[in-house]
Amino acid sequence: MAASVTNIPIGTPARTEARRLTGSQIIWDTLINEGVNVVFGYPGGAIMPAYDALPDFPGLRHILVRHEQGAAHMADGFARASGRVGVCVATSGPGATNLVTGIANAMMDSIPIVCVTGQVASTLIGSDAFQETDITGITLPITKHNFLVSRVEDIMPTIRQAFYIASSGRPGPVLVDITKDAQNANTEHRYDASPIRLPGYRPENHPLPEEIERALEMMKHAKRPMIFCGHGVIKANATALLLELVQRTNIPVALTLLGLGGFPASHPRSLGMMGMHGEAWVNTAIQEADLILALGMRFDDRVTGNLKTYAPHAKKIHFELDPAEINKNVKVDLALLGDLRETLRLLVPHAEKLSIDSWVDHIEALKGDSAVRDIRELPDSGRLFAAHVIHDLWRYTQGSALVVTDVGQHQMWEAQYYKHDHPRKLLTSGGLGTMGFALPAAMGARFACPEEEIWVVAGDGGFQMTACELATCAQENIKVNIAVINNGYLGMVRQWQQFFYGGRYVATPIKSPDFVKLADAHDLKGIRVTRREEVQSAVEQARANKETTIIDFRVEQEDSVYPMVPAGADLDNMIRRPMPEAKHNPIFETGKDP
Amino acid sequence: MTTSQTMRTFVAYVEDRPGVLNRISSLFRRRNYNIVSLNVGRTHEAGVSRMTFRIEADDDMALRVEANLYKMVNVLSVEDITHKASVSRDLALIKVTVGPDKRAEVLQLCEVFRARAVDVGPETLIVETTGTQDKIDGLVAILQPFGISEMVQTGTVAMSRGPRGAAASALNDPQSLRDLSVA
Repeated sequence: MAASVTNIPIGTPARTEARRLTGSQIIWDTLINEGVNVVFGYPGGAIMPAYDALPDFPGLRHILVRHEQGAAHMADGFARASGRVGVCVATSGPGATNLVTGIANAMMDSIPIVCVTGQVASTLIGSDAFQETDITGITLPITKHNFLVSRVEDIMPTIRQAFYIASSGRPGPVLVDITKDAQNANTEHRYDASPIRLPGYRPENHPLPEEIERALEMMKHAKRPMIFCGHGVIKANATALLLELVQRTNIPVALTLLGLGGFPASHPRSLGMMGMHGEAWVNTAIQEADLILALGMRFDDRVTGNLKTYAPHAKKIHFELDPAEINKNVKVDLALLGDLRETLRLLVPHAEKLSIDSWVDHIEALKGDSAVRDIRELPDSGRLFAAHVIHDLWRYTQGSALVVTDVGQHQMWEAQYYKHDHPRKLLTSGGLGTMGFALPAAMGARFACPEEEIWVVAGDGGFQMTACELATCAQENIKVNIAVINNGYLGMVRQWQQFFYGGRYVATPIKSPDFVKLADAHDLKGIRVTRREEVQSAVEQARANKETTIIDFRVEQEDSVYPMVPAGADLDNMIRRPMPEAKHNPIFETGKDP
Repeated sequence: MTTSQTMRTFVAYVEDRPGVLNRISSLFRRRNYNIVSLNVGRTHEAGVSRMTFRIEADDDMALRVEANLYKMVNVLSVEDITHKASVSRDLALIKVTVGPDKRAEVLQLCEVFRARAVDVGPETLIVETTGTQDKIDGLVAILQPFGISEMVQTGTVAMSRGPRGAAASALNDPQSLRDLSVA
């Protein structure tokens, strides 16, 4: 079969003449034509024909991961950092199922990735063949769409459709499962660059002029308005328009976790994060607001707390691309369906300055003793608090690093203390809350931003979930800096146990390897930090090292993230950090400081 | 405020290809929509299947069902015909255990329900009926005393009255149909 295929040099994009290629070659040729220059993957039986053809395509870099979950997260990190489609490759069966967590993660946060998996030969499908698994069935609920391709002629059009679906409308993961016989077969191939038509796929919506009018009218009458900046602001590249909207109207902005960076943290109207671990004044203000402009966010339960008492005085305008999000969690008064950039372009020029100085002053006053409670104000006992580390990291990187976090306490401290002024500078697993996300996602981001300073911020628990990718860093010369916030616990679960489960620390103390030795074992660099005065030199050393460097920050073991809205509680019903002089356990009180 | 849950009838056109029904039923399952009935079959357009499904939903949920279906790549158009003038029918086959002595009586009752006998055996009779769920339930209640040994029922199929329904009109673009038939 392969003999009939001309052995001409390929890998140059956008060739127009038809050539006879194998399905394997068509996979790579199509990816290159879609603008791909790096794929993250792991070979195996059913994808071996494709791997065998890979050297024909020198324009495509392949990163050999240590576990396919890492490949999916790398593609995800690449996509988040670049705004382009990330690609991962795996074999059938266990290779494909190992992608599942990464795919679900991308689905929950609407990240465009394309996963190419090998499948057993079409003649064997359904026979429980070796390493056969129904991966299109398994990933059906966690992909935006998926395909099973068993004919060589379908490979190119299907991959093109996958890229189109993944990146258009509300983005998401698309899986393309390609049988081994389709990879081995050959056909006349010419990359088709014509627009894609999918009769049932209409991802676009456009706001109506009268809806824009109505939104402007509602804004005019608002006395206590707020803007919510969600992930959609970043995805739609609407940050400049949001900034202009705020400059014109003076409306203060609260951000979701994934919206951080969508509006500059240093802007005087930036309030900070909302929700379960949002700033106390933000949550209190939301409960008092009379108008909420919710931009590209979906009122997740971590953002709203108790839905019955959520933002009771506010009219809500939902700027949203996906009609299925409207009135899903929170009933809104007006929905502006469409691409956020398009909607804001129509709305912003007509937005007027609002006389809301007293509201702005009021929110300022709500901050009350928050500054005093701030961990940064704790008397320096010589011990190291995670918030110190993040705050110092922000200072010593001039707030300009690309930070990729894992999931847990450190993630919330990062959100609170690393002040992001620019979009795509914080990559974090929001919807799915996937521990183990940070290291591989940061490695993927490295290929989107080769020049940027990248920091992984991970807990000692989550870091160990995908620490095998350190070997990938070493093999592929991928440089990232890693701050392990090591408190010897699965910290967030421990915190819940402390607050809600009577302090019974069940299965949360965790023993970790010596991370400095672990780095050394990988020919990487490791630094241990136990005191605050060591933070700066460690950060600077890590930045200077050409290898990936792990800093093992041995932080205070039983510190908790404050404020905290208990799951399902009213949004302004927050557990606050005890005042510095308090010696007791956290106090439970409302966010309304006297 | 959300309205109370009522029975809703939707019509959807979907691509006629393997796995599409699975995608749709998977959506209903993961979004916690409770399907009361679901019917799918081919249409006069090549490559296009038509579904009728009924679920319990309030107004908001009904809109989200529609929106979530639209997000599926293989769904061509959707219409909620709950509040539209429409015809809806179920078909049922009912096997009644009845010998020659009572056969005439059963056939007479069937006539009242405009049901017809489609098979007669020495001790059984298969009755076919189409109509609304109410009518079928009525017939079953009447036949029960004679002894029903088997029964099968399709899901509801429905069609709005008057000119082409919205879901069908959404298929008007001939290009889209051409794409379907070659896919």
